[in-house]
Amino acid sequence: MIWNTTILLIAVVVSLAVRVLYIIYCRFKFIRGKTQQSLSTLIILGSGGHTAEMLNLLTVLQKGRYTPRCYVAAATDNMSLQKARVFETSLVDKSEIEVGETAEFMQIYRSREVGQSYLTSVGTTVIATAHAVWLITKIRPQVILCNGPGTCIPLCAIAFLYKIVGIRWSSIFYIESIARVQRLSLSGLLLYKLHMADQFFVQWPQLQRKYPRAHYVGCLM
Amino acid sequence: MEEADDFGKPKRIVFLTVGTTCFDALVRVVDSKEVKEELYKKGYTHLLIQMGRGTFIPTKSSGEDGSLAVDYFTFSSSIADCMKSASLVISHAGSGSIFETLRMGKPLIVVVNEELMDNHQSELAEELADRKHLLCARPQTLHQTILDMNLESLLPYPPADARPAVKLINQFLGFPDD
Repeated sequence: MIWNTTILLIAVVVSLAVRVLYIIYCRFKFIRGKTQQSLSTLIILGSGGHTAEMLNLLTVLQKGRYTPRCYVAAATDNMSLQKARVFETSLVDKSEIEVGETAEFMQIYRSREVGQSYLTSVGTTVIATAHAVWLITKIRPQVILCNGPGTCIPLCAIAFLYKIVGIRWSSIFYIESIARVQRLSLSGLLLYKLHMADQFFVQWPQLQRKYPRAHYVGCLM
Repeated sequence: MEEADDFGKPKRIVFLTVGTTCFDALVRVVDSKEVKEELYKKGYTHLLIQMGRGTFIPTKSSGEDGSLAVDYFTFSSSIADCMKSASLVISHAGSGSIFETLRMGKPLIVVVNEELMDNHQSELAEELADRKHLLCARPQTLHQTILDMNLESLLPYPPADARPAVKLINQFLGFPDD
């Protein structure tokens, strides 16, 4: 009885490992030949420079390909969604998008506030993760763009989980902040080491040398 | 297009910004007699201090007695206007302040706050200083930096370009090249 359970457990773990490796090393199989008119896009915003950098990227992105767009920011971050709204409104003014094509704006609970004790952080991280499950299930993004704030970790983790389980493929693009010259941020380190990002971008050549799977894309600010 | 004061001397403003932080060490050192005298010797007429959440209050001065005119405020919705009219910007090492100043093409001295834990901000300031886009200092070395500064030797910061990143994203997803 115990022997059977053990074999079953080993089989499950091995299958899971094979599946994860397949996802990580054969990403291209899931993308090629599936180019549609447009891809639903989740854009994760963060306070300060993060949102400014992201908007610089979005200005150049072909809006018609990355739509509908959904912006997510931390619940305690008031400025970022406002800046995103201003950006989307300016697109309508410049006729870069169809009138009626609306972007969505949502908030997610923070895993941990600056200075919060690590003990209570466990609880808030669980809540943030549950909220992330709800958001990813609701938004169903095909593309995720993020650049560093801690807010992106639960969302990217859930999206990655969905890939493993085969529910939904979201291509995750991570652009490390321009303020990171010699060392990656914690979010960047996690997404890089765990191979969760489909493409990982850095803005300084030193980082690309240290993290060879990253792409050096120059400065976005 | 420089403003002139009552004596027809062109106004040259030094603007100090600490963003939303508290950086008393920097405000204190800029408000010190030796730094103000040095700035005045270099031809600056006004010092405007944006002190953020700082607790150290600088001393206002009208500058009538042949010294730097000093004024200060905590926050403003239009830091950009202050920067635009400045001839020299001294800033904390926040990336927002740094890039806002560089994009305006203003000479910039970045001062790193050593009291911050995990000071990754200094990486950016030092890298940009290595590339000669700005001068980098600590509060204790600011006076010397101002003494030695040669702003003509600073190189303009090249415009940002998000196209390489966008190209890679499009390629990965199988979109055709534009």
